[in-house]
Amino acid sequence: MIETKDVYFTYPNGVEALKGVSLLINDGEFVAIMGQNGAGKTTLVKHFNGLLKPTKGEVLVDSINTRETSVAKLARNVGFVFQNPDHQLFCESVEEEIAFGLRNFGFEESLIKKRVDWALNLLDLTKYRQTSPFLLSGGERKRVALASVLAWDPKTVVLDEPTIGQDHRQKEKLRQFIVQLNTQGKTVVVVTHDVEFVAESNPRVVLMSEGKIVADGLAEKILTDEALLTKASIVPPQISQIFLQLSDLGFPANIIDVYQARDVLLKRLEARRK
Amino acid sequence: MPIIETKDLTYTYQGATKPSIREVSIKIEKGEFVILTGPSGCGKTTLCRCFNGLIPHFYTGTLNGTINVANLDVTKHQIHELARHVGFVFQNPENQLFALSVEKDVAFALENLGTPRAEMQERIEWALKAVGAYELRERAPHELSGGQQQRVAIASVLAMQPNVMILDEPTSFLDPLTAKKIFEVIAELNEQLGITVILVEHRLDLTAQYADHVIIMDEGKVVLDGNPRDIFNSEEARLIGVGIPKATRLFQILKEDGINIKSVPISSAEAAKALRRILKHD
Repeated sequence: MIETKDVYFTYPNGVEALKGVSLLINDGEFVAIMGQNGAGKTTLVKHFNGLLKPTKGEVLVDSINTRETSVAKLARNVGFVFQNPDHQLFCESVEEEIAFGLRNFGFEESLIKKRVDWALNLLDLTKYRQTSPFLLSGGERKRVALASVLAWDPKTVVLDEPTIGQDHRQKEKLRQFIVQLNTQGKTVVVVTHDVEFVAESNPRVVLMSEGKIVADGLAEKILTDEALLTKASIVPPQISQIFLQLSDLGFPANIIDVYQARDVLLKRLEARRK
Repeated sequence: MPIIETKDLTYTYQGATKPSIREVSIKIEKGEFVILTGPSGCGKTTLCRCFNGLIPHFYTGTLNGTINVANLDVTKHQIHELARHVGFVFQNPENQLFALSVEKDVAFALENLGTPRAEMQERIEWALKAVGAYELRERAPHELSGGQQQRVAIASVLAMQPNVMILDEPTSFLDPLTAKKIFEVIAELNEQLGITVILVEHRLDLTAQYADHVIIMDEGKVVLDGNPRDIFNSEEARLIGVGIPKATRLFQILKEDGINIKSVPISSAEAAKALRRILKHD
């Protein structure tokens, strides 16, 4: 469980990035944090593993105040995958990269080997075991970063903009993977402005603007509220745009996905025929 | 006369075991808005590097076939000559920005092109305002966020008003509304000044409506080349794994349920209009 209580954060250069954020994320939730550039999304999630400590207010991770513990301890429970994988990777081979975190947490060598194999396989990286992460493509490096975090099996995984630089197919794979992690009981927090990506899985959306939370609810509710989205510099998903333009025809207001759209349209046409 | 034409273009980077692009033959007409897309690693960026001479002048390797841009044989003209015609916004803005202030970064290319001072100031102001970065003009580019850097990189190319603008995923770090505004500015330049636009993009929901020509690559080859409506609606595009616009996808799955429509929509406005018609007349 992650709880932020009226959190304020000011960077050393004076920029006030968070202005009173209170948020409760329960175990096993899938949360997408959305909002415009500079809204404070990344600043907020960096509080979840203690990388940043609030200037005012407090953050509790499993009831432990982040001020009273170390990042190393928190990281065991909250794994963080950065926006830019180059800020995270540094080892000479993919295998070493994944083993690094495990060694730091003091896992037994025999277990490390098992975990590395497991993570390589999970993210389809086995063929790159001996390759330098820096010879891989951007999308592949992102998968290495994710593998290195999942290897130590943290309870919560935070992914900052995981879809940047990924093509459609990789994005779909990643989405299925995230949903799968979540179904297996992991808490997943994704920072993203990719509305189509969010629309396809309908998670809880926390919408931020100028350092504050401005809305909190299911994606189908938040991503169909045009006035609210405009304030947060987000464009509704294309399917919801279509239905917003047909709002006079009395369709349900919460349609964000193509299959959902097909079903209501077929139902309407069927009713007309009768 | 096409503004860009390649014939049987094959290129292998030095040290690579196989070509990154293979037998690419395409024609891009002046004033077109082209979307170039395809899976990661399909050769999109490599092809774009051939359009401004980075290949073969900066990246060494083996090139076969021909490339002509604005009547110039790219293999025989240097990057600085081609830069008069072709502006390039890179995928990673950090690779492009270097000056001590945003304003100086935008001014750099104009200075090199010998633009008169008064006009230069006008263009810098216009370009920075167009991308919503005017208030950043005195900041140092390396201190900006990824999204802000991306806007400055676009402004520095906009200011040049080149004949051809190549944009390689220019808005990947930007929030959707800012990205949409930038695509609108680019579409406007294309429309009003006749600037040829080549946009490398995965996010087709945001951009398909502007295109009048779509090129899809896969494994180094051009596999689809033509009209956006036909291409997005083709089975091949979906099988390659291109993220076709959701508006188009909706009509494809409605078709499977026996609902037919003549013109396939590629934007939400078109889809809404078509649905309204179907719901009224059915």
